[in-house]
Amino acid sequence: MTKPLHIGFIPLIDAAALIVAVDKGFTAAEGLDVTLVREVSWSNVRDKLNIGLFDAAHLLAPVAIASSLGLGHVRVPIAAPFNLGLNGNAITVSPALHAAIMAEIDGDRFDPMATALALSRVVAARRRSGAEPLTFGMTFPFSTHNYQLRFWMAAGGVDPDEDIRLVVLPPPYMVDSIASGQVDAFCVGAPWNSIAVDRGVGHILHFVSDILVRAAEKVLAIRQSWSDKNPEVVAALIRATFRAAEFIEQPNNRAETARLLAQPERVGVDADVIQRTLDGRLKILPDGTIRESSRYLLVGREGASRPDPAQAAWLYAQMVRWGQTSISPEALRTAKAVFRADLHDAALGHAVKPADASDAVGAFAGPAFDADDIAGHLAAFRIGRRKS
Amino acid sequence: MGAESSPKIVIVDESPIRAAILQEGLREAGFTDVVHISEMQSLLSRIYALDPDVIVIDLENPSRDVLEQMFQVSRAVRRPIAMFVDQSDAASIQASVDAGVSAYIVDGLKKERLKPILDLCISRFNAFSRLQDELDRAKSALEDRKVIERAKGILMKLKGLTEDEAYVLLRSTAMREKKKIGEIAQSILTASELLR
Repeated sequence: MTKPLHIGFIPLIDAAALIVAVDKGFTAAEGLDVTLVREVSWSNVRDKLNIGLFDAAHLLAPVAIASSLGLGHVRVPIAAPFNLGLNGNAITVSPALHAAIMAEIDGDRFDPMATALALSRVVAARRRSGAEPLTFGMTFPFSTHNYQLRFWMAAGGVDPDEDIRLVVLPPPYMVDSIASGQVDAFCVGAPWNSIAVDRGVGHILHFVSDILVRAAEKVLAIRQSWSDKNPEVVAALIRATFRAAEFIEQPNNRAETARLLAQPERVGVDADVIQRTLDGRLKILPDGTIRESSRYLLVGREGASRPDPAQAAWLYAQMVRWGQTSISPEALRTAKAVFRADLHDAALGHAVKPADASDAVGAFAGPAFDADDIAGHLAAFRIGRRKS
Repeated sequence: MGAESSPKIVIVDESPIRAAILQEGLREAGFTDVVHISEMQSLLSRIYALDPDVIVIDLENPSRDVLEQMFQVSRAVRRPIAMFVDQSDAASIQASVDAGVSAYIVDGLKKERLKPILDLCISRFNAFSRLQDELDRAKSALEDRKVIERAKGILMKLKGLTEDEAYVLLRSTAMREKKKIGEIAQSILTASELLR
């Protein structure tokens, strides 16, 4: 056994590979003594990882990049050698906003361009009538949720900084906030969308896989300096987590996975809700309407565990588009280098089949993503807050 | 504070006792303009209404992420804030995370003026957890004493011992097995439950 490792996580379904790795004994089988520490905020996870209270963490992919670039906080270079999940978020709207969008929609209700255009008509009508702007909740300034909401609505002509209010809400407060009318919609990971639907206070409008075919969501984050000093430990952690991801993707292991995640000291919600998420079979409307998608959350299949530098470049491009940082070739290189496909492949002793290299992201709007020409790519988008 | 007025400090904490301890400490140190927010609903708009210079929040609070939003310039954020981090002062970051507190500084306030506030928060947070620990220890000591009393009673009845003899037996057994007297007493209670 190595010296004890402390790994921080936020109680969300996409921490599954870490939780299963520890609770099924896969980390122990690799000679690792891991204690998982449940946290209440991304700020805490980031800070405790930064100062070494955590050796590794379940972290929002954009936070790993922001931390490496020193955006919003202290600069601490992070290595992300394992992608804990692709996709997994959803956009949930209040029953009233759902009705308003459906009244304006021209096209398929799962087509994000149709809903975004409908949203822009709802927003315009509210402005004409002098109503307060709509409020959308998301989880963190440097989050996929923030960028996914912005990407979607901007494609329909809604400026997320001018036409609506976009506010940070901790995931456990999302459902109460939509119920009380504090927010009209939110973008969050599982299980919170399903819980809003079960309580009858929200309708799932989109799975984020409608917006982006592949979106890096949470990564296993390690301080780069620590990773450099402990290559064997990092490799063992990658192997254990990969074994867990493969375990979770076996349909006949889903019930057991859901039971492990349902433990109060882990995610602590109903096993049934967890299983729906893992199966990609979600109740989207309070009347019981079910929507199935094989792309809702990818834990290990389709090479999901392999960190893709093009994904990191896309996230960096969003930071530039929305004015969180200015564009620089050096920063782009740093961002890409956070996603350590090399460590992932070396630990497993084989390369996992990467995604289609032509466009790793698969966004519903705009030109195919070019990870080497961020400025050219962003020029195609009218709405944004790029710093000069 | 000299010519400068006392900065306005907002404490975001769901624990009323800890907030009171902190508030008192800040007042004693001459920071008179202190407001406590215990309700997390509409946190951001309440903070804007108060328009503080410094925000202090406990690390057990999920709403810390809400404050991070205030680093960004956007329609929702009128006056940007930053987390108080002196990059050269790793010890201070460590001390604040260990104590479980974090401080945010609103645009305009000089960093030198925040340092004494943060140091005070760290020491008061630490004082609060020491108090909490003492309380927990006192509780468990009381529990132990009750258990030992009952175990002595059982030994006296079953083995015909005096109270002193019963205690000596407990203590010598604990020493021999390298356990606490409370643990031995508890196993006697458990055994007597089972054998009843």
